[in-house]
Amino acid sequence: MSQTTPPPTRKLGTGTRATRAIGVAAVVMLGWLLAFGLGFSPADRNQEEYVRILYVHVPTAWLAYLAFGVTALCSALYLFTKKHSLGFDRFAGASAEIGVVFMALTLVTGMLWGRPTWGHYWAWDARLTTTALLFVTYVGYLAVRGLGGSHHQRAKRSAVLGLLAVIEIPLVRWSVKWWRSLHQDASVGEPGSGVELDGLMLFSLFVGVIAFTLLYVWLLLHRSRALAMEDVLDDVGLDAAVAARRNETVGVAP
Amino acid sequence: MSRFQVARLVAVKDLRVERRSKVVTNQILPFAGATMVMFAFALDSKGVSGVDEDGQRWTTDVLALVAPGLVWLATLFSLLILVGRAFAVESEDGALDALRVAGVDPAAIFWGKSAALAVQLFLLELVLVVAAVLLYNVDVPLGGVALLGVTLVAATFGLAFVGTLYGGLAAGFTGRESLLPLLVLPVVAPVLIGATRAVESALGTGGVALAEGWPWVGLLAVFAIAFGVGGALAFGPLIEEAT
Repeated sequence: MSQTTPPPTRKLGTGTRATRAIGVAAVVMLGWLLAFGLGFSPADRNQEEYVRILYVHVPTAWLAYLAFGVTALCSALYLFTKKHSLGFDRFAGASAEIGVVFMALTLVTGMLWGRPTWGHYWAWDARLTTTALLFVTYVGYLAVRGLGGSHHQRAKRSAVLGLLAVIEIPLVRWSVKWWRSLHQDASVGEPGSGVELDGLMLFSLFVGVIAFTLLYVWLLLHRSRALAMEDVLDDVGLDAAVAARRNETVGVAP
Repeated sequence: MSRFQVARLVAVKDLRVERRSKVVTNQILPFAGATMVMFAFALDSKGVSGVDEDGQRWTTDVLALVAPGLVWLATLFSLLILVGRAFAVESEDGALDALRVAGVDPAAIFWGKSAALAVQLFLLELVLVVAAVLLYNVDVPLGGVALLGVTLVAATFGLAFVGTLYGGLAAGFTGRESLLPLLVLPVVAPVLIGATRAVESALGTGGVALAEGWPWVGLLAVFAIAFGVGGALAFGPLIEEAT
């Protein structure tokens, strides 16, 4: 074993007491969501049982947007703070990964809901199209993160890209909205919208949002710590390789 | 030397490289032309007919109806190839690094390369519009020429800025050929939408009024300005990472 590899001084892992508490809370809330979404809440007058898909669809959509917002924020914090802390970069990366997964779930659940409700899986309306474009944008962001180079090179490159998305998203949204708009606007809770959800339905939706937000925080903490460990592994691996080459030279030289 | 002069030198250098290599005229233009012919094979050019509510028979030439979108799609595909080339030339001999090490202002490099790309794209678009007129039976009404011209210019700059920005990011990395479309296509979606609608208005495709096109030009202009400024700020940090 190379001398430069530090011996593990503590138990390796990404869990702490706080993440365990958040994890347990997330599981409990997801259990609640199952109970309310599938059991206690009534079927909708128009959408019948399919309304239950929305208890997953709406929270995942909210989370994906939250995750991309966090990516942009952490990108800005990395670029514009003096320390250029890699911690912000890992949060940005972890958040984008989670956002992409949740946005994929949003698209899939949306399609599953759209087929029985609208009669087709996909409609070219503003919100769907923007969501699909956002999904592809962040898949591209993750591809750029994997390009290689030093940690700070990766961080700077992806931070710039994360911020460019802030220019891009409003333009995409504006153009697509202007092009097509069929999707009903967000209607729950808007005064005068005339849409009143059954109390239990609203509560189920609320439980869903809390459950998925907790899940997001839990995933974010674990994933960013795992990314930090990957970075350490890269560094240690490099040091070990350098030391091995050096030892070879020492062995050969008279 | 001012930033503008440096940008001009970079643009002239890029255009000279392209003129001497003749890749645009010998490969990219024929590719764009072939794409237009392929579109015609994919979308039957015989036309669609039917009977409307009043019992009147109507016939529509599908190709003429979708021609504005096809022109922009062919432009986008060609853009990806042009951008790939613009940066292959730079990264092959470490020319971009040389520029950077020589202390050339990254914003000037960005604007210079964008301008050279814009000139090539604009010429390509003109050829594609002519191809649409010849192959797809598209008429260009005299009243729509101004809107068509302004749309071409505004869309071209937007595409050139985005192409240069992401081309610079992907330059020098393995797999850049496949990464570039993934990065560029979602970003230029507003240009594709806006430019297609504006050209539809300019040509009167499907009875769209001329006045409906100008707001779309506004969108294209905002897009070009946003990426012209944002790109100039971002280009420095991005190309620093290219090696």
